[in-house]
Amino acid sequence: MTNATGAATRVGLFATCLVDLYRPSVGFATAQLLEAAGCDVDVPAAQVCCGQPAYNAGDRANAAAIARQTINAFDGFDYIVAPSGSCAGMLRHHYPDLLADDAAYAARARAVADKTWELIAFLVDVRGWADIDARWHGTVTYHDACSGLRELGVKDQPRQLLEQVDGLELRELDAPDVCCGFGGTFCVKYPDISGAMVDNKTDDIVQTGAGTVLAGDLGCLMNIAGRLSRRGETVEARHVAEVLAGMTDGPAIGGARSS
Amino acid sequence: MTTQQTSLEFSRNADRALADADLQSALEKLQRDSRLARPVITGRLPEFEALRDRAVAIKNHTLAHLDHYLEQFETNVTEAGGHVHWCNDDAGARDTILQICRDTGARAVGKGKSMVSEEIHLNDFLIENGLEVVETDLGEYILQLREETPSHVVMPAIHLKKEQIATTFRDHHTELDPARPLDAPSDMTEEARIKLREKFLAADVGITGANMLIAETGSIVVVTNEGNGDLTQTLPRVHIVIAAIEKVVPRVDDALSVLRILARSATGQEITCYTTFATGPKRPNDLDGPEEFHLILLDNGRTKLLEGEFRDVLRCIRCGACQSACPVYGAVGGHAYGGVYGGPIGAVLTPALDGIEDAWPLPEASSFCGSCEAVCPMRIPLPGLMRRWRDVAHSEKLNKAGTRRGLTLWAWAAQRPKLYRTGARIVLSVLRGLGGRRGSLRRAPLAGGWTASRDLPAPEGGTFVDQWQKSRRAQARK
Amino acid sequence: MTARDDIIGRIRAATGRAADHSAPPPPEYANAALIPARATGTPAELTARFIEMATETAATIDRVTESGDVGAAIAAWLKSAALGSDIIAAPDPAMEAYGLDAAPGLFIRKGAATGDDLVSVTPTLAGVAETGSLMVSATPGTPYTLNFLPETHIAVLHADRIVGGYEDAWAKVRRNQETGSALPRTVTLITGPSRSSDIERTVTIGVHGPKRLHIVLVGNADGEKT
Repeated sequence: MTNATGAATRVGLFATCLVDLYRPSVGFATAQLLEAAGCDVDVPAAQVCCGQPAYNAGDRANAAAIARQTINAFDGFDYIVAPSGSCAGMLRHHYPDLLADDAAYAARARAVADKTWELIAFLVDVRGWADIDARWHGTVTYHDACSGLRELGVKDQPRQLLEQVDGLELRELDAPDVCCGFGGTFCVKYPDISGAMVDNKTDDIVQTGAGTVLAGDLGCLMNIAGRLSRRGETVEARHVAEVLAGMTDGPAIGGARSS
Repeated sequence: MTTQQTSLEFSRNADRALADADLQSALEKLQRDSRLARPVITGRLPEFEALRDRAVAIKNHTLAHLDHYLEQFETNVTEAGGHVHWCNDDAGARDTILQICRDTGARAVGKGKSMVSEEIHLNDFLIENGLEVVETDLGEYILQLREETPSHVVMPAIHLKKEQIATTFRDHHTELDPARPLDAPSDMTEEARIKLREKFLAADVGITGANMLIAETGSIVVVTNEGNGDLTQTLPRVHIVIAAIEKVVPRVDDALSVLRILARSATGQEITCYTTFATGPKRPNDLDGPEEFHLILLDNGRTKLLEGEFRDVLRCIRCGACQSACPVYGAVGGHAYGGVYGGPIGAVLTPALDGIEDAWPLPEASSFCGSCEAVCPMRIPLPGLMRRWRDVAHSEKLNKAGTRRGLTLWAWAAQRPKLYRTGARIVLSVLRGLGGRRGSLRRAPLAGGWTASRDLPAPEGGTFVDQWQKSRRAQARK
Repeated sequence: MTARDDIIGRIRAATGRAADHSAPPPPEYANAALIPARATGTPAELTARFIEMATETAATIDRVTESGDVGAAIAAWLKSAALGSDIIAAPDPAMEAYGLDAAPGLFIRKGAATGDDLVSVTPTLAGVAETGSLMVSATPGTPYTLNFLPETHIAVLHADRIVGGYEDAWAKVRRNQETGSALPRTVTLITGPSRSSDIERTVTIGVHGPKRLHIVLVGNADGEKT
């Protein structure tokens, strides 16, 4: 597929700070999926953060500064795609409000908002692509990360794609759409409440009997993986992009390494 | 009992709540029941989403012309033989109500459920001034005996187990046989029915709230399942209604639209057992009903909300759906919030009613999961409004200085990508080393909150951006 | 400045209506009501829906052919339910068609209810199919306490007064108003016997209003006789 000028669709991959710092493999899986869907992928080096921590902390000034940085970093792409509903939601739903009063950036913020997508929604809803060519022998369960679900409507799309994975059995959680307790800085501001919430989510995951829990947001996954590990559970956590891209040779999140 | 505002102690309140096994089991039931019931009850009414939109339009229109509709309401109440008393604040409302009670020589007051009466701490005031006040809603009655406040706007005693309620009844209904069975809820409700029947019949004054005020007719709308609102307003000589100014809607038809989504959102019912449109005192030849009707129209901070960025919260119809859906409320219950209202609506209203300086932890205590906004029948953007309060708390420097400094540092680094990556490389390799082969850390510097109950996954290598650049350079060389 | 002036003044300042506070034009949504599909249907459909919805709320329904059969039906039901034979009935002239006085073994008092009355009988303004609700109002002939104080409330509903939705029921109230009578002190939708779920969300029936709501449904939708 091509963009308006006839060239291949240019996608700026917004890794998100957690993927960038903690689990680059998710970034590579994202790139692979986008390329398989016919996109020309680039990863602008000037990207750092979407600004959500500052925005949610009520620090609009710093959030706006980071937002301008991000807008600049992603200039010139047809789409901006992130393997995260939370970060994609920040750009899509909150950048216009955040920079509404900024004469230089208001229009650019709206333009960025219009072309930013969460990865799975982009593949299914924008590219109409479901050509998954991956295998996974085992059972998984799926956590619906809040922003992706409620801000961006990501619910059916990951399930549609997982269905294409050879050998994979999906067992639904009792309460897939209940918050896992990550909430960005929430989990460190109110760790006990967050701990209770992730404990409930962990109970739910364990009762499905699935070997792996998947989700579309690394923050949720780190939170869940951390609790699973502390409780000595054998369930592993991975980003859904890794499974869809067939890139699951490496350790699970927080999982033991061979070296 | 004096109710104290303890929102600043939210964290401590929350910890206590998390350790309370009885409370946890009650909250778990509330959450599960609400989660399972909602798709069923909303699924039964295909027009539900359209009715939400309509209700939003009704309320927005009303708020934009609130003075007009309040004046119309007042005219019609007066024409029906009632009296409207406008009160700026809690003190004004309390004094006015007391005066009405004094003027009629009242000794005993029956009370229907009213959250706004909690806002003004009415009961304590009337009791201090020599009146007997009895809450007639079963949940509120139980709480009155226990000297507790409501923990949910619609199910006030939801935090209690039946054993606790049985103990309360044994402790207070001392004239009854101590060995009587009180195991089943039906045993206790039968006892409450008999007890409160005497009170209904003895009350000189009945005070109710109002779910809505109808400008077109000068009517109040009171919805209950128990019928206590009706007995409270009908049997005594004097009926006093206390309602905040945002309760008004223009027409009967508007009230009917709202009714279709109210009980559905509040209790998962199609409609409550009793939906009463009451207009003024008894008519000349009625055989029952109050001789006097007084309506206390209260501001108590609503005009302040009307003028600012929080106006949307005035659409609230106090259904409690947000509380039932909120995972944070579901973890700690309503009392932890330390004010009259808990949960998401509490996080937005409490700073408005009590001041952000006394309530700033509440809008902080949210993961912004968005469940509240998803279930709110009036489409109030609760997470967005909580974020606005965080903006205020931040600019007034109410939140932690460490957090503010951390964010400034992060923003500074984020605008210097090359420097950021250099710093990241260093920190990551340290953490990776600490994580070792296990791949996760049990403890990490500055991460005490996280690692108290979770392992911290270790970073896995250089940053993605670095690795991508490296692999691109390698490809280019091929 | 009274509190009223303060409040109105602040509202007008907040809404930009300080200079011009004339009545607003009717808003767009007011052009048409939003009536749910379940509030529409043929008379027979609405009757069936009313019965279904009312039964769901634990009301009991007894059908009789004509008004004159109501008294005997009530007497029989009270006997079968062992609820005694004392009734407090609404003094409304409409009740005279129901043959209560002629029903065997019933002791009837007329007026408002007291705390000692156990069974009441009242007429109703309408039945609302969308939720199986009865519409009643407080008038000199239909004292309000009859709906709440006794443990058992027997309500007589004519099938040809079953309407689809709340708006239709209110239309009946408004028609009464137009002929000169003021709005009654109360207009109430009653849906099932009273209940509470305040104790551990367990539903218990019979606090504080009636424990039983028994509806005697007269005739069918298009007339008196079935």
